[in-house]
Amino acid sequence: MTDTEIRKIALEILSGIAPEADLSLLAEDDELREVLDLDSMDFLNFIAALHNATGAAIPEMDYRKLFTLKGVVAYLTKA
Amino acid sequence: MIDFLMPSMGADMESGRVAEWLVKPGDAVHKGDIIAVVETQKGAIDVEIFEEGTVAELRAKEGDTVPVGGVLAIIQAAGEPQAVAAPPASTPAPVPAPAPIPSPASLPPAPVEPVAPPAQSGRVKVSPAARRLAAELGIDPEQLTGTGVDGAVSFADVELARASGARPAPPKPVAGGAPIHRGGFDLAGMRLAIAAAMSRSKREIPHYYLSTTVDMAASLAWLATYNETRPPDERMLPAVLMMKATALALRKMPQLNGFWQGDSFHPGKGVHIGWAISLRGGGLVAPAIHDVDAISLPDLMAKLRDLVARARSGGLRSSELMDPTVTITSLGERGADSVIGVIYPPQVAILGFGRISERPWVVDGQVVARPLAELSLAADHRASDGHAGGLLLSAIEQLLQEPETL
Repeated sequence: MTDTEIRKIALEILSGIAPEADLSLLAEDDELREVLDLDSMDFLNFIAALHNATGAAIPEMDYRKLFTLKGVVAYLTKA
Repeated sequence: MIDFLMPSMGADMESGRVAEWLVKPGDAVHKGDIIAVVETQKGAIDVEIFEEGTVAELRAKEGDTVPVGGVLAIIQAAGEPQAVAAPPASTPAPVPAPAPIPSPASLPPAPVEPVAPPAQSGRVKVSPAARRLAAELGIDPEQLTGTGVDGAVSFADVELARASGARPAPPKPVAGGAPIHRGGFDLAGMRLAIAAAMSRSKREIPHYYLSTTVDMAASLAWLATYNETRPPDERMLPAVLMMKATALALRKMPQLNGFWQGDSFHPGKGVHIGWAISLRGGGLVAPAIHDVDAISLPDLMAKLRDLVARARSGGLRSSELMDPTVTITSLGERGADSVIGVIYPPQVAILGFGRISERPWVVDGQVVARPLAELSLAADHRASDGHAGGLLLSAIEQLLQEPETL
């Protein structure tokens, strides 16, 4: 999948988890959990949705690579 | 005939507004069926019935505000002889009979056949963002085809519908006119409800407080191994270990699991844990998962995920609000080191789990780094004393050292 497709998917998923947030203001390096106030259930749901959309395994030890939008795109384009 | 009454879905609730009936006279009802949607200060709640029978009359109309204890409907209990006013046999509406009973109206005994459940309001998955946009545009999101995660109707689907000229759905015939606030809740109303409950708690309940530090190393190691070989939707969070340990410990300390009402303690009929959930936008609810002591960890994780999703999208059930026998509050990784709760009346205890963080600990005389969590108990001194509270915390701590037994 391309960067653009992954970004789109990630933002779509995040808009479902944080519907009141204005995602157009989200910067590449923003700590998603901080900026969008995601708790551990929200983050796990985010990971699960990314897995379902892309097929990437995303083991727990890789979670820290997906804390920013930049990280998510980099991780999933490689996968 | 049984009067089906407006349930009290929280210590602070005075009345609710009937937003939608999901059954009509003549429909069969069974234990646990959702028969109406009621708007409360905590948002739209699916109200369940715990009788078996047939709806005889809907006394409250959609749009009516009914006080707690007021009559919502009349139910003819299964096994009661049919009243003379029962609909004639020629009615096409399904009148499922309980075991055929000879009646004065001489109706032919209807065959006992499987009955379709009462019509549910659409349970098509719609993302909260999609629902909000759809509400603004006057489009019914449940009519759209979903292309989002799990086939849910997504924001993009609603945008597409608008772009392709979807017309606003015909207004639902709801007497009183106000739409059901699915996916949203009345924040001001909810804050009033929380204020009433918390003030009452502090006025009436003599709280005592205990806390202990729990070494979470064993639990987290066990969880990491469990999660390593599973896809994300089967992985579990530490929260379920904390809940299960608490439930098992409460089985041994029943005086901390139940209610203080009318000057005495009434033990809960099961361990139904109210899990405090903070709602985006500022609300708070603590709905129950029933019989946590008897549920496997994976099932508990699935139930927790479902509960949190429904709390945020306005699909909680009346029994979930009425039944908690104790509450657990956990502020999560970015919350405080410890949280000492305020008991939610008429319960007698609330447990608080602080964030798990690596800190110095002593094992066999050596200082080591361990993931530690502060566990607190706030309890009603009328129902229990510090000794019992201490034993409860000790039991929870011990169970978290042996996660494979949970």
